[in-house]
Amino acid sequence: MQRYDVVWGETTIIVDNGRLHEIVQWLHDDETQRYDYLSDVTAVEFRDFERPMEVVWHLRSLPFRRFIRLKVLLPKGQPLEVPSVWDIYKGADWLERECYDMFGIKFAGHPDLRRILMWEQYKEGFPLRKDFPLRGRFSRSEQLRQILSQNPEAKYSMDELSIVEAFDELPPDVQQRLGRGERVG
Amino acid sequence: MATKTRTVEVELSTTGLDKQGRPQRVPLVTDSAGNVVPVTAVPAMEPELEADHMLINIGPQHPATHGVLRLVLELDGETVVRCIPHVGYLHCGFEKIGEYRQYNQIIPWTDREDYLNSPGNNVAFALGAERLFGIEITERCKVLRVIAMELSRIISHCVWIGTTCIDIGAFTPFLWIFQQRERVYTMLESWIGARLTTTLTRVGGMGADIPDGWTDDLANFVRTFPKVVNEVDAMLTKNGIWVGRTVGLGAMSPDEAVNYGLSGPMVRASGVAYDVRKDFPYLDYETYDFDVPVGSAGDVYDRYLVRMEEMRQSVRILEQALKRLPDGPVNVDDHRVILPPKHKATSDMESMIHHFKQVMEGPRPPVGEAYVAVESPKGEKGYYMVSDGTAKPVRWRIRPPSFVNLSAIPRMVEGHLLSDVIAINASIDIVMGEIDR
Repeated sequence: MQRYDVVWGETTIIVDNGRLHEIVQWLHDDETQRYDYLSDVTAVEFRDFERPMEVVWHLRSLPFRRFIRLKVLLPKGQPLEVPSVWDIYKGADWLERECYDMFGIKFAGHPDLRRILMWEQYKEGFPLRKDFPLRGRFSRSEQLRQILSQNPEAKYSMDELSIVEAFDELPPDVQQRLGRGERVG
Repeated sequence: MATKTRTVEVELSTTGLDKQGRPQRVPLVTDSAGNVVPVTAVPAMEPELEADHMLINIGPQHPATHGVLRLVLELDGETVVRCIPHVGYLHCGFEKIGEYRQYNQIIPWTDREDYLNSPGNNVAFALGAERLFGIEITERCKVLRVIAMELSRIISHCVWIGTTCIDIGAFTPFLWIFQQRERVYTMLESWIGARLTTTLTRVGGMGADIPDGWTDDLANFVRTFPKVVNEVDAMLTKNGIWVGRTVGLGAMSPDEAVNYGLSGPMVRASGVAYDVRKDFPYLDYETYDFDVPVGSAGDVYDRYLVRMEEMRQSVRILEQALKRLPDGPVNVDDHRVILPPKHKATSDMESMIHHFKQVMEGPRPPVGEAYVAVESPKGEKGYYMVSDGTAKPVRWRIRPPSFVNLSAIPRMVEGHLLSDVIAINASIDIVMGEIDR
């Protein structure tokens, strides 16, 4: 634990990136804590570019009616990677995916970390980062071109196509793209 | 996934429950001796089918997905083996836009995320912003906000009952309950001028006080609305088709429901009495007398029962709020955050300066952050705001309850039939505007 603050009745604890998983596990399991409910996973990037990015977990203890906020600071210039808490809270699945989608923060240990709100081929980066302009990186015409150039036949991912073994029936170019490991879903 | 036997099955006099806990749908006939016995049919030989799994795509443009949800299902026969949900078709970047808007300018955006619960979202956002600003709102404002939240809970549950009925095959309750919803919208219209996207609150107060005679409308609504709930109750709760299509579906155990982060009626149907109004009270909810209904099995039927009871409890809260509604100002007396009255802004120099500063620069909160959660009809709705001392938030985060609830759908539908996917999906009460934001 690096630092803790209590502001407006909300406890904020800033923890070490390496020990986050261990701390969350302890908060979840310990009989005197029992933080069994994960409210939210999100991140904050500040307008001040020097300031480290923060990944924020909001935990609740339903038996004790407590609330806690955990934070990990990710200094600029270092890889954006934090441990996933998916193995402790199943509810973290989509929340972490959304955080990855919007900020590009990798959650090590997440089983299926891919974009969720934006589409798989989205090339403009991570929308909620402060260096991302409000209207998007590309011009409107380029954005339109990219959307129109999407192949409507390739709207299933490899994962889903393996269900029906429909791979052979796809157009050859889609087969090639899927073969390269590209996600076209 | 053992389902407890409840009285409803006995009352429906089914011949018993099948393996999945549903009442058997075997017709009863009278035999030659005059006894009522189930039909005994000779089981037909199943034809040899190929063992291939089938891929079914539901949505994004499908009326039963309540918006633009897309579910890719792997079927073995008619049983769902795997479900891969796809969301994001309605993503508008509300959180990004919020970083470029002043606090009061964000409130219209909160209308549009969970658009069935606009007044509730407005109140939730205003509460979060007020904690950030460090404002204590007036007593009248608190009670008016409670009224707004409970009315929006009622209209949201009305839509839920109506659309779920249609999904499952009942049409009449939809008409009955939407008439009541229309009454609430008419009341909201006379309060704030808008029906669906209300923008009811401001930071530090409300957009408008209630007009004269409005409490009479509300009292009338409170008196007559439970009658319609009872009618719907009588229509559905003991209805064989309704029970057959909801009991035992998508059951979640209490531990699982908490672990998956479910909230609202979803977690309460599983037997966990987690209600933000009770556990982490806001707006003096701890002083109101109301019950938190919980279910036992956590299936679609229990979610229906919980929501029905919640509407009755909302009516109870509205009754109490009507009794205690105090006189006095609605807005805080602090012109750093609240616009001065219009007549003063045009006649008084100081008020005009306040007005100008408010509109051009916007109120500035101190540096800090706040996470405020309220009990929306869908569950725990949280707003997390981070301020760096400027008039626009650094980060505005919505904690969307239906997003987290929907993330459990692969777990809930696996092993059920394709037609039950529709019922389970309906029971989550999703609003895609909130999921995709």
